[in-house]
Amino acid sequence: MSLLGQLFPSSVLRPMELGSDGLIVLTVAGLLFVLTRYRKWGWLWREWITTVDHKKIGVMYLVASLVMLFRGGVDALLLRTQLAAPNSTFLGPEHYDEIFTTHGTIMVFFMAMPLMFALYNAVIPLMIGARDVAFPRLNAISFWVFAFAAILFNISFVIGGSPDAGWTAYAPLTELTFNPGVGENYYLLALLISGIGTLASGINFVATILGMRARGMTLMRMPLFVWSALVSSALILFAFPALTVALGLTMLDRLFGSSFFTIAHGGMPMMYVNLFWIWGHPEVYLLVLPAFGIFSEVVATFSRKRLFGYASMVGSLLAITLLSFGVWVHHFFTMGAGAAVNAFFGVSTMLIAIPTGVKIFNWIMTMWGGRVRMTVAMLWQMAFIPVFVLGGATGVLLAVVPGDYQFHNSYFMVAHFHTMLIGGVVFGFLSGLYYWWPKMFGYMLDERQGRWAFWLYFIGFWVTFVPQYLLGLEGMTRRMYTYSAGFGWTTLNQISTLGAFIMGAGFLVLVFNIVYSMLHGERDLTGDPWDGRTLEWSLPSPAPEYNFACLPTVAERDTWWEAKREGGAVAARLRAGDIGPIVMPKPTAVPFFIGLGFFVAGAGMVFSWWVVAAVGFAGVLALLVAGWFDYRDHEELSRDVVLRAEAAAGRVQA
Amino acid sequence: MNASLEAGQSGRVPLEFSDHHGALSILGFWLFLASDVVLFSCLFAVYASYGMRTAGGPTPMQLFHYGPALAETLLLLCSSFACGLCVYQLRRRSTNGTTAWLAVTMLLGLGFVAMEAHEFASYVASGATWHKSAFLSAFFTLVGTHGLHVSFGLLWAASLLVQLRRHGLNAVSARKLYVFSLYWHFLDIIWVFIFSAVYLVGRIS
Repeated sequence: MSLLGQLFPSSVLRPMELGSDGLIVLTVAGLLFVLTRYRKWGWLWREWITTVDHKKIGVMYLVASLVMLFRGGVDALLLRTQLAAPNSTFLGPEHYDEIFTTHGTIMVFFMAMPLMFALYNAVIPLMIGARDVAFPRLNAISFWVFAFAAILFNISFVIGGSPDAGWTAYAPLTELTFNPGVGENYYLLALLISGIGTLASGINFVATILGMRARGMTLMRMPLFVWSALVSSALILFAFPALTVALGLTMLDRLFGSSFFTIAHGGMPMMYVNLFWIWGHPEVYLLVLPAFGIFSEVVATFSRKRLFGYASMVGSLLAITLLSFGVWVHHFFTMGAGAAVNAFFGVSTMLIAIPTGVKIFNWIMTMWGGRVRMTVAMLWQMAFIPVFVLGGATGVLLAVVPGDYQFHNSYFMVAHFHTMLIGGVVFGFLSGLYYWWPKMFGYMLDERQGRWAFWLYFIGFWVTFVPQYLLGLEGMTRRMYTYSAGFGWTTLNQISTLGAFIMGAGFLVLVFNIVYSMLHGERDLTGDPWDGRTLEWSLPSPAPEYNFACLPTVAERDTWWEAKREGGAVAARLRAGDIGPIVMPKPTAVPFFIGLGFFVAGAGMVFSWWVVAAVGFAGVLALLVAGWFDYRDHEELSRDVVLRAEAAAGRVQA
Repeated sequence: MNASLEAGQSGRVPLEFSDHHGALSILGFWLFLASDVVLFSCLFAVYASYGMRTAGGPTPMQLFHYGPALAETLLLLCSSFACGLCVYQLRRRSTNGTTAWLAVTMLLGLGFVAMEAHEFASYVASGATWHKSAFLSAFFTLVGTHGLHVSFGLLWAASLLVQLRRHGLNAVSARKLYVFSLYWHFLDIIWVFIFSAVYLVGRIS
């Protein structure tokens, strides 16, 4: 096949893709123009690309995640537009397959995961009283590896062709015999590469939380968000290698001719499905547990009350973590593993409802008798409770094995997991964004616009997914690209599509809210706009690069709240004598180039250009080895600089 | 951890644990090893499921021989022992001793990789490629992943030799050596499982 034919097969020459080409070129040209016109290249390089500051890395994760939310959301709207009418020809069947594949993959790997890491990076070190994460350089590597993997995945639909085997990419559909294009190669390489970054982040945050807490902050004095980040990062360590193996073996089959999932040579496609879900189920918990952590912070702050049942909150987090590894077969009860196996996994799945229920009651009991302030962050928290209870209840229905034979792969299941992932993960992360935004950027998000975004999104959610539960009960299966008018599914599908567009409007208001607040939002001059309870609120907003001029000492839970009660407004003031020089990690361009190297290697493998792939891998290896010889990755910030910065912020006692 | 750090300031703990960042790096590496255990577990599970699925190709009984597998095992076990002596010399603060034993570790490791490469080449030459059967795919992937780990370790050890020449023993180089030793012993343990689950079981069943 000619090079041009390989890069631009017919599937990327459809009008929609060509239109996207135009928009991509325009956007890139616009960015290049603005950066050049306003002389921002140096700023971009010094302040962002070479940074190892966890707070800035958090901002970059956030930007990437919002861009991916846009792409995944557009995919969703295209799918819903196709389904709005029976026998629609808006998208062809192949096109529809490609779009539901990229929608799911982008939302899970390139939207939800980076949003989680954005919040970890933004606040975890601040909450535990640390000056950075345990391995700042590795943290930057994680980000750039993720970012370039996301770019690799996203260019597939305009260069070479999209993957089209669903976000789960089940074998044998992904074997070369059935799926000869490069689309699945993109999927495999992008996820394998971003998995490296994810694993490194998991190690980083477990080490940070276990090894860098402020003096006196015992495990049982940690804020709940820190607890949830700890268990969720541990889940990464124990779950992601299974995904690496599942995808790696598929890649070996496709690119190097092994026989793991080709039935002719004794391979077993079910092996892939098992490996995928051994990762896949812990994955959804490692996304939702941080959201639980956020809710625990938000509900306590905005109820001005201690979190109810702290120990049971920690216990239920741990219980969910352990149980999450014992439920994966519920994704394929219909495989027919036998009554005993299915019964075991059905029961273990239902057990998860118990610790989750404990958490729901604890959040309600925290509000009970508290002075509740209905901020936007709190609205997301309160909206989460009914949505998640609905999702949990339908999850228990799906766990009933005989019932699952009816629900399996139907829109009932589609509606169930969207309820969990939107109601749990997205609501949670948005709550966290509104809550920590002033800490990240130094200004508040406009609350009135935030309410608009919230109500649009919240109402849109119900309008979208309640009809999908009903469609599932009426027999509509997932991933069907069209249906005939005689099935009687038209009205419900139209309502669902309407809801999706309402959610889209909510997203636009959210973006407007961010841009408007950036220009006109109220500055946060106190550093503690919500009257917070945990250590991040003891710092100015945004926090200085070294976070804490003097490392804090912790004597109890909600340590900042208690300090304020005892010391009033002067609680944050430091004694000049306590301030000393601070050792900081040095900025470096190596992480960026490691990401770039992986991108080159990945692109080379996607198209089987082995020389290109070898150059990419050699580059990554050379950068790693060069890093081993670098013994000077730290520099000292002098006492004067720290003292001047703190005095300017009015934080030094006279 | 805090206790060991405070003790470090009074000089009672080993060099590699003597500063906070070094101790943290060692913790981080343990976490990486934990995830690598999961990676190998998955590959072992795949091999266990595929061990009998030979699809008309060679069976484990026909393919494996005790001799080469035993020689590889001895080379790697001795390499791991040499690595232990290297850390012993590190604790004695002997740069020359550390360097010498690290070199021995590498030589033995190199012997292992060479033998394994030869073993793989002979299988492929006899027509037993991994395309042939699910069993062979699983075998080459499990054992090959371990072999790649060992090869990467050799590159790592070579860089440590240079670093030892350049910087001598200090808290940073000591920590790097110690972390390498964790990695090396870990690969040794994985190999013991490979020897048992692949070669021994293959000869019995």
